[in-house]
Amino acid sequence: MASEHTAKAFDSDLQELTRLVAEMGGLAERMITESVDALVRRDVALGKRVVASDVEIDRLQHLIEERAVLTIARRQPMAIDLREIVGAMRVATDLERIGDLAKNMGKRVAALENDFQPLKLMRGLEHMTDLVQTQVKSVLDAYAAHDLPAAMAVWKGDEEVDAICTSLFRELLTYMMEDPRNISFCIHLMFCAKNIERIGDHATNIAETVFYMIEGQQMLDKRPKGDMTTFATTLPNS
Amino acid sequence: MTDLSVSVSSASGPAPQVPLPEAAPKVTARGLNFYYGEHHALKNINLTLGTNRVTAFIGPSGCGKSTLLRIFNRMYDLYPGQRATGQLLLDQTNILDPKLDLNLLRARVGMVFQKPTPFPMTIYENIAFGIRLYEKISKSEMDGRVEKALRGGALWNEVKDKLNASGLSLSGGQQQRLCIARTVAVRPEVILFDEPCSALDPISTAKIEELIQELAEDYTIAIVTHNMQQAARVSDKTAFMYLGELIEFDDTNKIFTSPSDRRTQDYITGRFG
Repeated sequence: MASEHTAKAFDSDLQELTRLVAEMGGLAERMITESVDALVRRDVALGKRVVASDVEIDRLQHLIEERAVLTIARRQPMAIDLREIVGAMRVATDLERIGDLAKNMGKRVAALENDFQPLKLMRGLEHMTDLVQTQVKSVLDAYAAHDLPAAMAVWKGDEEVDAICTSLFRELLTYMMEDPRNISFCIHLMFCAKNIERIGDHATNIAETVFYMIEGQQMLDKRPKGDMTTFATTLPNS
Repeated sequence: MTDLSVSVSSASGPAPQVPLPEAAPKVTARGLNFYYGEHHALKNINLTLGTNRVTAFIGPSGCGKSTLLRIFNRMYDLYPGQRATGQLLLDQTNILDPKLDLNLLRARVGMVFQKPTPFPMTIYENIAFGIRLYEKISKSEMDGRVEKALRGGALWNEVKDKLNASGLSLSGGQQQRLCIARTVAVRPEVILFDEPCSALDPISTAKIEELIQELAEDYTIAIVTHNMQQAARVSDKTAFMYLGELIEFDDTNKIFTSPSDRRTQDYITGRFG
């Protein structure tokens, strides 16, 4: 960040905003890990704890918005300061959505009752989660450090997650076709995979926010897309 | 079973900001320097005021922004030991030409000052006085011109029933609008505002700002202000000056969201000194 403001209180306002975003980010990361742990271990209690955490993440988002609006009203920020504040609000919105997606996975734990345990699928899901978790962590670090190259690495690195999601989707289709009793489980798992994939998308949104904060311009280019589930179909007799 | 083909394209880079369309140049400075005796107050200024654009000049005290404004209508000629070098054009006219008729120049380039300076005469005469300097017109024509000028200064509705009251009886904000009307009355091409709102309350300030935007439809406007928010509100282009140099000159939207120069950023975000 640039040197200090003549009005010191302005600096502490901005630092407080950054600190709140970091706190919210830490909570979002924990919710991702815990929701997938709960899913893999069928830990219903842990799933419920993730659901409960969502209240806290919502509270933090409201607090960040309130502080940001107040700072705009009181300080009339310009240039980098203005972008910093708008950035904090945007990141908070993405983190809140990440919290919602993790909460949604936490809810599904209770629904996965049967003994069907396709290990390979679960490993795929865990691997995908690891990747997304790394993305979220890296982009939050990049946000805190104003590190543009690190943010851009996250922005470009979402393809692998998309590819895994697509292959999981394909596998789930085969399980469902093999035995209709698997359908309920597979659909829940599919939603979870999609949730994780979307958490990855939010990480790239945050990367775009970091770009805007540092460069003062919006990113124009389309991100490389690897998620092809939209086009995946099962053809009878093929 | 499933047919999935994946195509990936990748590219990165910033989206370009949409710049303000170029306006025809009204005032052009090239390699402009200014000296108060030995003191080199303005250093190699190059910039163009676009026709019908509002250009704001910002910068810390003593950066030369008011000095620059005072060159645009040769106000500095009133003081000995002050001189300008380089080129300064109003359309094709060389403003720095020693043989230039200064009265004519100041009719083309009007100026409004920080403190309202109404003449100690009636509201009507405050306007008519300037017009008479340049034109001989009939009473009815003059009445029309005075009304038009007062309307141009957004003051007509407040003073139409007391045109014979003293200009000094008006409030500060009204006095400033009277001065703007007086400037507008002689049909200038360029209007210079030197801190026009610094002695006014917020409501009067808002009225003047509104007026400046309206005036830009007919005039080219340059405004010096210490109030950054004011520059952001009223201007199309903003020039940031520091220690006699023009540091950055760009679209106002760009200057206040993502300035190019570190010094501009430090100044507008309150990180100076």
